[in-house]
Amino acid sequence: MDPVMLARIQFALTTIYHFFFVPLTIGLAFIIALMQTLYVVKKNEIYKKMAKFWGHLFLINFAVGVVTGIIQEFQFGMNWSDYSRFVGDVFGAPLAIEALLAFFMESTFIGLWIFGWDRLPKKVHLASIWLVSIGTMLSGFWILTANSFMQVPVGYEIRNGRAEMVDFLALITNGQLWVEFPHVITGALCTGAFFVAGVSAYNLLKKKHIQFYKKSMNIALIIGFIGSLGTAFSGHAQAQYLVKTQPMKMAAAEGIWEDTPDPAPWSAFALIDTKNQKNKFELNIPYALSYLSYSKFEGSLKGMKTLQAEYAKKYDRIVGEGTNYIPPVKTTYWSFRLMVGFGMAMILLSMIGLYLWKKGRLLQSSRFLKTLVPAISFPFLANTFGWVMTEVGRQPWTVFGLMTTADAVSPNVSAGTILFSIMMYTLIFTILAGVMVYLMVREIKRGPVEHQDANSTVSIDPFNKAGV
Amino acid sequence: MELSEIWFVLISVLFIGFFFLEGFDFGVGMSTRFLARDQKERTVMVNTIGPFWDANEVWLITGAGAIFAAFPNWYATMFSGYYLLMLAVLLSLIGRGVAFEFRRKVEDTRWTNTWDWVIFFGSLLPPFLLGVLFTSMLKGVPIHEDMNMEAGFSDVINIYSIWGGFTITLLCLLHGLTFLSLKTEGEIRQRSAALAKKLVLAVFGSLVVFVGLSSFMTDIFEVRPILELIIVVLIVLAIGLSYYFISNKREGMAFTMTGLGIVLTVSSIFVGLFPRVMVSSLNKAFDLTVYNASSGAYSLKIMTIVAATILPFVLGYTIYSYYVFRKRVSDKEHLTY
Repeated sequence: MDPVMLARIQFALTTIYHFFFVPLTIGLAFIIALMQTLYVVKKNEIYKKMAKFWGHLFLINFAVGVVTGIIQEFQFGMNWSDYSRFVGDVFGAPLAIEALLAFFMESTFIGLWIFGWDRLPKKVHLASIWLVSIGTMLSGFWILTANSFMQVPVGYEIRNGRAEMVDFLALITNGQLWVEFPHVITGALCTGAFFVAGVSAYNLLKKKHIQFYKKSMNIALIIGFIGSLGTAFSGHAQAQYLVKTQPMKMAAAEGIWEDTPDPAPWSAFALIDTKNQKNKFELNIPYALSYLSYSKFEGSLKGMKTLQAEYAKKYDRIVGEGTNYIPPVKTTYWSFRLMVGFGMAMILLSMIGLYLWKKGRLLQSSRFLKTLVPAISFPFLANTFGWVMTEVGRQPWTVFGLMTTADAVSPNVSAGTILFSIMMYTLIFTILAGVMVYLMVREIKRGPVEHQDANSTVSIDPFNKAGV
Repeated sequence: MELSEIWFVLISVLFIGFFFLEGFDFGVGMSTRFLARDQKERTVMVNTIGPFWDANEVWLITGAGAIFAAFPNWYATMFSGYYLLMLAVLLSLIGRGVAFEFRRKVEDTRWTNTWDWVIFFGSLLPPFLLGVLFTSMLKGVPIHEDMNMEAGFSDVINIYSIWGGFTITLLCLLHGLTFLSLKTEGEIRQRSAALAKKLVLAVFGSLVVFVGLSSFMTDIFEVRPILELIIVVLIVLAIGLSYYFISNKREGMAFTMTGLGIVLTVSSIFVGLFPRVMVSSLNKAFDLTVYNASSGAYSLKIMTIVAATILPFVLGYTIYSYYVFRKRVSDKEHLTY
């Protein structure tokens, strides 16, 4: 196999795997911080128990999230060295800032939080988990600043064959960033919320620690509702932005080959024939795509064939004659629909949950509770399909309009080397996944038992006279 | 001083900080296997570094991130060139990172023991491999005109680089032992001090050979003869003093001295490199330098402002966290890890 394909496989593998843990970390950190705030404000011990129990599950997930994230940073240099040379000037800065601003904060305050339950004043300890939560979100902000540049490059000039930064402000005010960041954060809140809701539902069905899981469920449902609604609105904004900035990705996501009529119908289901560049069967909802794209019932969208011709005129001089600018259409089309589908399901579920809670029937509706358990997977699936659509839909570009994926790969790394590392990562990731699921299930089965508390007075300070 | 030169200094500081800080937790991780008599003692030892190791590792991540931002060509050449070595480093760090969290999640001796082995190898391999990386970089690796590095086995793994890795590993072990004697009480404290005293000799010998090899295999004593000699003298002084302080039970000072030993050793590598960031073994003209590998002036300026703004906060809360956990770890209290 060729190195480009293998490097892409490795990137997809490590990034998708890493992104199972990131949103759960962001979401859970926020929810735990909220629970601990309730404990400090209301002084009700049950909230402390909640922060500790969900904290245990959080830490298992956090550990795997951190270690799989280390690969991401080095991967650009290892597999995509020509990319790194070309955009390091612009792309490296947000990554370095992420480490400096977010990673130090997360890792220091998570240490203070884990080991500080009895050593820190209550409010300082509470501040620690909030700083962890803010740290995880800041980390998301800076990595998305870097990603947004790949989608919509801004604030640079091409000099000596490299993209050089000329406007930092443009990078952090990138329109793409400000539709992408809210979408990712609200998606992460959903991930945390549906995790807490699902685990709580499982235990409520078993009639274990009812007070504890009911309170957890209530918090989760509120966050889940806000999160899933927020994801939908920010996603909509992102799609509209996409129509303007990356029309080819949008055309692929909608399966549009020819320019649409005005007003444009939205395709709910299509059998896509990539070879003949047409759809064999379409199920369309009239007016809907015009409305989704432009917020009015008129306006047409360009099809992939038109865009191919336009892109060829604009970009062929950069990447060479006869380049195919159409991304893998079926992958983009179906990832988009699956993402939206799971997102809609989450809105629906959180609304039903809130309704049942208000009616006081939450604990009796075992059918709803039973649905919540497999629904833990919904945000994970939606997140994954969302990224697949975003990244696969950008092909053949690594940096849209500037550099293709084929030109980005390391020229000095052989296919065999990449294949070997893929095998090693796969092996380690499989073991990690197994251990993690095993530990999570164990913790969940054990439930919120009293974890023995430390009495920290026994240890001595080596810098005091008494310690010598 | 040009901004790119300042960034070389900053990146050096990040890597020196990394070896100083993560150096002791690597050392503690290594010594768990032969210093602890049983699992309980091992737990105490792991808990001495519990609140710190994660943040210490961020120094490496920030160092690499800073190279990416300030010297994209260095970043691209180094990490694609040292592909398999970096893969091994990453796999070690992955195992180590989760092992701390996992080791006592199941109350089963075999389970804990397995993860403790992962901690051992995860603490032994990264300092060794990174030592190999930096010393072979100093000696020179085949970097072509297009800045790509195409290294064969012996370019990366040779007597000099292995000795460099070995020396760094020993230094980390010594540093970890003085940290343990500072942070534990009772028997472990005595045993780690006793072992550290013995180890000082080995570190000494290893450093002497390393200096000897460096004068043959690299040009650092030609490039900066006076400065490198001063550093060598200071290293001898620091390690010698660490012996004195260990013997006198002044553990805080002993730890400072072993740390100084690491700081100076790693500094000698960066001092010898400058103004090059990677030495080409093929042709002097193909060397990567702070001038031909760096980002544009604007990017560096922005990064400088950002770093100057954030670093004081980072240092502030890092010191705070060491202050909070300043006490010795006792097996009589509840141990988190």
